[in-house]
Amino acid sequence: MANAHAAESASHAHEHVHEHVHEHVHYTTTGLDHKKIAIWAFIGSECMLFISLISTYLIYKGRSVVGPFPHEAWTSPSGQLFAPILNIPVTSASTFVLLMSSLFMVLALEAVEHKGNPAYANNIRGNSKFWLMATAIAGATFLGFQAYEFTSFVHEGLTIRTNLFGSSFFTLTGFHGAHVTVGVLWILTLFAMDYSRGLTKKDTVLVDICALYWHFVDVVWIAIFTLVYLIK
Amino acid sequence: MTDHEHADHAHEHPTWKQYKWVALILTLITVVEVWVYYTPFKDSPLFVPTLLIMSAVKFAIVVLFYMHLRYDHKLFKALFTGPLIIAICTLTALMFLFGKFSL
Repeated sequence: MANAHAAESASHAHEHVHEHVHEHVHYTTTGLDHKKIAIWAFIGSECMLFISLISTYLIYKGRSVVGPFPHEAWTSPSGQLFAPILNIPVTSASTFVLLMSSLFMVLALEAVEHKGNPAYANNIRGNSKFWLMATAIAGATFLGFQAYEFTSFVHEGLTIRTNLFGSSFFTLTGFHGAHVTVGVLWILTLFAMDYSRGLTKKDTVLVDICALYWHFVDVVWIAIFTLVYLIK
Repeated sequence: MTDHEHADHAHEHPTWKQYKWVALILTLITVVEVWVYYTPFKDSPLFVPTLLIMSAVKFAIVVLFYMHLRYDHKLFKALFTGPLIIAICTLTALMFLFGKFSL
């Protein structure tokens, strides 16, 4: 009987220690959380990936032999007229949506960081579920705009195989869209965790690394919007 | 500074109000970028530098405030700016190599 009681106590103590370890942020010898170091290193490598794609786009810019072209009209040898293909108003709207999604994401992080703070309780500022879902919806809306853009380009005669502009444009924006898709799935995962067990202050790092990824996707779009869409 | 003081320092963030101001500034810059695109200024030689500066300002604002790099540890700053500088140097070199820029 005494042995059983001791074994039960030991088991509880083990569970407590196990829980305790998981509750704490995993610091490295630098005193920084290793997840944050990893995400910043990853973002650094992603900078190189996107700069290589942007470089390729810029090098091929203006070297397409046949149209459609991004900013100029083109008449095919058969006499068919192609208007400039980029739709600036639609892309401006999608850019605004992505910028707003970054605001929603930072407010989601703020809400999780202040869990238990009376000033954030029972109001929208502390509602992490709301901000996470708003971010995911904004991200999905951006993807909807991109799907519309890609579809209309194909209907207008521009595919990834049409010319150098098509190849470099679809590769660059397609890679960015894939990153946004991963971001939306990541945010929805956090939303599911928040819905099922509730995110607490201890989960701040989980939301923080997702937010860093999401903001990075936003800054990449800031560069793409200017270099691809606005500069002729 | 101890490890945990480092970690505490890393948790300094802008306020809710500042986040909203940042969003407003980003939106205004985007509106100006698009507006400039539809004006005769787009034929000016200053058009491209102006757009690049506005884009760089937006980039910096998001990185400094939304990604908290302004408040974060210098190792995070190094992990981001180091590869970014290498990437921008590579981009510039490729532009010269393929005749997009010339001296």
